[in-house]
Amino acid sequence: MGVVGTSVPRKDAAEKVSGTARYVDDITFPGMLHARTVRTTIPSGRVTGVRLDFDQTGFTVVDWRDIPAAGRNIIDLIVHDQPCLVESEVRHVGEAVVLLAHDDREKLLQATVEIDYDRTEPLLDAERSDRIHKHILIEKGKLDRGFNQADLIVEGEYRTGHQEHIYIETNGCIAVPEANGGVTIYGSLQCPYYVHKALVTLLGLPRHLVRVLQTEPGGGFGGKEEYPSLIAGHAALLALKSRRPVKLVYDRGEDMWATTKRHPSVVRHRTGVKKDGRIVAMEIDVLFDGGAYVTLSPVVLSRGCIHAAGPYRCANTQIDGRAVFTNTNPNGAFRGFGAPQTQFAMELQMDRIAAALEMDPAKLRLKNVLRPGDSTATGQVLGDDCSAEIVLREAIKRSGWRRKRVALDGTDRGIGMALFYHGSGFTGAGEVRLASECAIETTDRGVRILTASAEIGQGTRTMHAQIVADAMGISYDEVDVAIPDTAIVPDSGPTVASRTCMVVGRILERCAHGLKEELRGMAPGEHHRTKGPLKVTRKYEPPPGITWDDDLYVGDAYATFSWACDVAEVALDRDTYEVKTTKMTVVHEFGRAIHPVMALGQIEGGTAQGVGYALIEHVVMKDGAMLNAQLTNYTIPTTLDTPQMDTIIVDNPYPHGPFGAKGVGEIPMDGPAPAIVNAIRHLGIDVTEVPALPEVVMRAVNAGRGRGGVA
Amino acid sequence: MRTALSGLSLHQPATIASALKLMRGDPPPLPIAGCTDVFVQLNFGTLKETQFIDLSRIGTLRRIVVHDAVLSIGATASYAEIMRSRLVRQRLPMLVAAAREIGGPQIQARGTIGGNVANASPAGDTLPVLAAADALVVLASADGERRVPFTEFSTGYRMTVRRPEELVVAIEVPIVDGQQWFRKVGTRAAQAISKLVMAGVRRPAAAPSLAIGSVAPTVIRLPRTEAALGSGASVAAAQRILAEEIQPIDDVRSTAEYRRRVASNLLERFWTETA
Amino acid sequence: MKFQLNGRAVDVEAAPMARLLDVLREECGLTGTKEGCGEGECGACTVLMDGEPVCSCLVPFAQARDTAVLTIEGLGGTHALQEAFALEGGAQCGICTPGMILAALRLPAKATREQVRIGLAGNLCRCTGYEAIYRAIQKVVDDGGLTLPAAARIIDGPPT
Repeated sequence: MGVVGTSVPRKDAAEKVSGTARYVDDITFPGMLHARTVRTTIPSGRVTGVRLDFDQTGFTVVDWRDIPAAGRNIIDLIVHDQPCLVESEVRHVGEAVVLLAHDDREKLLQATVEIDYDRTEPLLDAERSDRIHKHILIEKGKLDRGFNQADLIVEGEYRTGHQEHIYIETNGCIAVPEANGGVTIYGSLQCPYYVHKALVTLLGLPRHLVRVLQTEPGGGFGGKEEYPSLIAGHAALLALKSRRPVKLVYDRGEDMWATTKRHPSVVRHRTGVKKDGRIVAMEIDVLFDGGAYVTLSPVVLSRGCIHAAGPYRCANTQIDGRAVFTNTNPNGAFRGFGAPQTQFAMELQMDRIAAALEMDPAKLRLKNVLRPGDSTATGQVLGDDCSAEIVLREAIKRSGWRRKRVALDGTDRGIGMALFYHGSGFTGAGEVRLASECAIETTDRGVRILTASAEIGQGTRTMHAQIVADAMGISYDEVDVAIPDTAIVPDSGPTVASRTCMVVGRILERCAHGLKEELRGMAPGEHHRTKGPLKVTRKYEPPPGITWDDDLYVGDAYATFSWACDVAEVALDRDTYEVKTTKMTVVHEFGRAIHPVMALGQIEGGTAQGVGYALIEHVVMKDGAMLNAQLTNYTIPTTLDTPQMDTIIVDNPYPHGPFGAKGVGEIPMDGPAPAIVNAIRHLGIDVTEVPALPEVVMRAVNAGRGRGGVA
Repeated sequence: MRTALSGLSLHQPATIASALKLMRGDPPPLPIAGCTDVFVQLNFGTLKETQFIDLSRIGTLRRIVVHDAVLSIGATASYAEIMRSRLVRQRLPMLVAAAREIGGPQIQARGTIGGNVANASPAGDTLPVLAAADALVVLASADGERRVPFTEFSTGYRMTVRRPEELVVAIEVPIVDGQQWFRKVGTRAAQAISKLVMAGVRRPAAAPSLAIGSVAPTVIRLPRTEAALGSGASVAAAQRILAEEIQPIDDVRSTAEYRRRVASNLLERFWTETA
Repeated sequence: MKFQLNGRAVDVEAAPMARLLDVLREECGLTGTKEGCGEGECGACTVLMDGEPVCSCLVPFAQARDTAVLTIEGLGGTHALQEAFALEGGAQCGICTPGMILAALRLPAKATREQVRIGLAGNLCRCTGYEAIYRAIQKVVDDGGLTLPAAARIIDGPPT
C-alpha cells in the first residue's frame, strides 16, 4: 500500500517538537566570531566618509575594498546593479557599508561607526518614478473592439501596501573559511544555489570552493529567497579576512528594517461588460514599486501581470505592467510573487462590476469563469485541469453564500468572495531555462534523495520521500532526504514558485522510476550492500505541447494552474471601524494532496497570512525607511485575529504532476484579501486598498456618507 | 542596537526598608519587577540606566488587600494576579478587563500594575481605569510615604512626580460607586498596544468619571465632558466638549482623525451601555 | 546561581541582568528555546518559571534564582503534546513550536477552542494559521487532557 495521499509522520517532526532541530543560531563553531552590519541611514546620496570611533583590537572590519580582486562587488541575480557593500552611491536606507566581527558579542554591540554623507533628493513615490525596472505588455484581441461591444464600462483603482514576511526565525548565516581557500556557508535560506552563484561571483572563487548548506529554516515565505545572498556574502568576506568562522544573525528590528518586503502596487482597471454580465474588454494597468535595485522585480511583475485578469474569460484584454525604481529597500519575493496584488485588484473590480449591474457577485463570476477550452490573457488554452467553476460552485454551496448574502444585507456583518488561480512552477520558459536536476542514490538501508529543495516548514522532505517511496514501491522509512548541500546535491532550482512538489517532485518521480528499473527487482539497500551503490539523475522535461513566446508574452505561461475560491465573513464594529473576519470558507484544487495534513497546513497558513495582509499588516514608511520595524508595531495575526477556517480540498489529478499533484504553496495567499474587502463592500463600505485598517474603513464610511451611501 | 547586559548591576533587596535605602544611591537605581518594559528597552538599546533594583523579591509589595474600604494593590502584583484576585474582580472589574487585554499570558504573568503606573505611558492600559476610579498612587521613600492622586501623578509624556529616591509601592482605590466600563482599541485582537483606551464609571446620582489614554501626552480625565453628561447634556453636546478636551496625534499606530472620531463614538457607547 | 532546570538542581554562573534566554541557550546549552523578537511579542522564547509561562527574553537571569524553569528539553520529546503536534501538523517550520508547546502546557486540562485561542494569544505562528495547533491540542484534550509535568514546579523542596 502506498503512502502518497496519506499523512505519514513528517521526516522532521520529532526534532521540531523536541527542540532539537538545529537552526542557524543554534550552531556554533570553535573560534567563531559574531558579526554586525553597519548600514546607511539615508535613502539617497553618497558616502563621503566612514569613521570607526572605537578600539579596533580584536575586531575584523570589512568594507567593499576587501572584496577579492578576482571577485565583483555585485549580487549576481538577474541584473547586476546591486552591490554587496556600498562603495559610494547610496540608493536606500539600510544598505550595508561596513561589516564588523568580534568574538565578544558585547564588544561588537558597543562599537560605534559613523558614516558621513552627501545627501541627494530621494525618489520615494512609485507613481512619480520614471525609472522603469521592467515593462510588460500582454495583449489579446482588440481592446477597442471589446469596449465598442460593451453596454457598460466600469473603472477602478486599487492599492496594496508593503507586507513583511515575519518568519519567526530571523535571517542568518555562518561562514566558515576552508583550508583550501574556499568558504562554506551554513544558512537559513530557500535557495542554496542562488547563494552559491552569488558567492562565486562576489569572491571570484571557482565553483567547487564555494559550498552552501541549508540549516533548518524557521520560515521563509520568499523572504529567504534572494536576500540570503547578501548575508552569506557579508559573512564570507568577514570569514575570509579573519580566517575564523563568522556568524551573522539579524535581530528582529534589523530584519524588518533592512530586508525585502512584498511589492506595493497600484492597479487600475477599465472593464467593458454586457448587460448580462459578460466581460468583453479588460484594460489593466499594473504598477509595482520595485525599490532601489532590480533584484527579482522583473519576475514578480511577470507573475503579477499574467494573473492580473483573474480566472475569467475575455476576448479583448490588455495588461500593461511596470515595476519602477524608488529609493526604498528593494522589494522581493513573498508568497504569491505579484499575484496577490493583481488578483486583489481583479476581484475587487468584479464586485464593483456586479454592483454596477446590480448582479450577485457569484453570478457574475459564474458567467465569466474560465472553463476547459477557454483561454487566458496570454492565450493559454486550458484543459481539464481547469477547475475554476468547480471551486466556485463548491464555495457557494459550502459557505451558504446565497442565503447569507441576502440575510446579512443591512446588518453589521458581511460576506464576500474571491475566485483566484495560481500558476505552478516558473513562468513561461523559466523551467526549461532552469533545467533543474535531481538524483536518487542507494544507501545501505534504502535510498537517499538528492535535491536542492529546502524544507522551509512546508514539508519538502516528507512529500518528496512519499513520492519516491511510492514510485519505487519501497517503504517510506527506507527513504532518506539529504540536507541541501551544494557539495552533494544537484541544482534542482530554488525553493519558490509553488514548484517543489509539482516540478521537483515530478523529476524525482522519474528518478525513482529510473532507479527502480536499474535495480531489476532488487531492494535498493540490498543492492547497495551486495552489488554496490547506484545513482540515477534526471533533468526537468516540460510537459508535451507547451509553448511560450517571451517577447510577445503569448502562450502557455505555466504548465498548469491551481484554482481556489475563498468566502470571507466579517463583522464590523461601527464604533471603532474594526473589521473582524469571523469565518473563511476556503476551497482549493491543486491536483491531488500528496500529504493531506501538510497540504491543509499550507492552505490554512497562507490564508492566515492573507487575513493579516487584508486587515492589520501595515508597513509605515517614512523618508524611505520602515518606521514600525518591531513586532509590537507591525502586527501579524495572533490566534484571536485568525478566523475559523472551513477548508475543502477538491481533487482533480494533473497528469503531468507527481501522482497528480500541482502547486499549493502560494495560492492560499492570493484570495483572502479580496474576499475580506469584498465582504466589507457588502456592508456598503467602498474600501479599495489593503491593509483595510480601521482608519481606512473610517475614511471610506465617511466618504460613503458624503455621497449618501448606505454605510 | 541591543544594550550590553554584562556590565549592568542589579540589587535584589528582600525588604522594603532595604530597597528604600538602596534608592538613595547616586545615581538611584531604576526599579524593575516584571521587566516587560525594561527588557524591551534593553533589547532595543534605548535605556541609559546601568543600575537596577529588583522589587520582585519583596513579598509584601505584591499583596492585594482591602482595609478601611480601600482596595490596595501592591505595586508588583502582576496582571495575572489581578485577574485572579477575588477582591479586584468584585470591586474593580474594569481593572480586570484592562489586565485581560494586556499582552498575552506571558506578559500578564510578569507585568505589574506598578510598572504600568511608573512608566506613565499614555497608552498604558490600566491607567484610564485608575484615573476614572480616583485611585491614589502610594509613593515611599526612606523619609516616609505620600499619596498622590493618580490624575496628578503623571506630568507629561512618560514623566511623573515620583522623586528619584521614591518607589511606587501600591495603588489605592476607594469604593467605586457606579457602573464600570472599559474599552481598549488596539492594533489587533490580542497582544496589542492601544490606539485608544477608555474607562468610565456611571454614577447613580452624580457626574460620571471618564478617562482616556493615547489621545494626549498622558492618560487624562475628561472633567468638562463628565460635567456636561452629569448635568444632563445630550451625548452630542458631550461629544463636542470631548473633542476640545483631547489632543490626539498621528503616530505609527493610528491617526489623530481616527482617535478623535473613535473617542467620540466610544463616549456614546459608554453612555448607552451604562444607561 | 542555583535554580531548578527541567527537574534538576543546577548552579550556573552568569551576569544578573543577562537574559534568561541567553543563559539557557549559551550557558546551559539548551537551544530549544528560540529568540523571535526580543520584545515579548512572539512567544518563541516561552519557558515556564514556577509553572507560569514567561518570555525568557524579558527575564533577567537573577530572577530565576530558586525557581523551577521548564524548557522544551524538559519534556523529553515524548510528551502527549509533542506527539500530537508532530502528528497533526502543529509544527511546520518548527521555530515557534517549543514556545507554543510550553504555553499550551498551561491551558486548562480540558481546554475549549476559545480557551486555547486566548491561552495561545501570546505565541505567534506564521506557518499554520493556528488551526493545526488547535487540532493537536484538541487531540490531547480528547485523549485524557493536558497535564503539567512535575518538573514545572520545584521538586522536593528548594534545590540544594
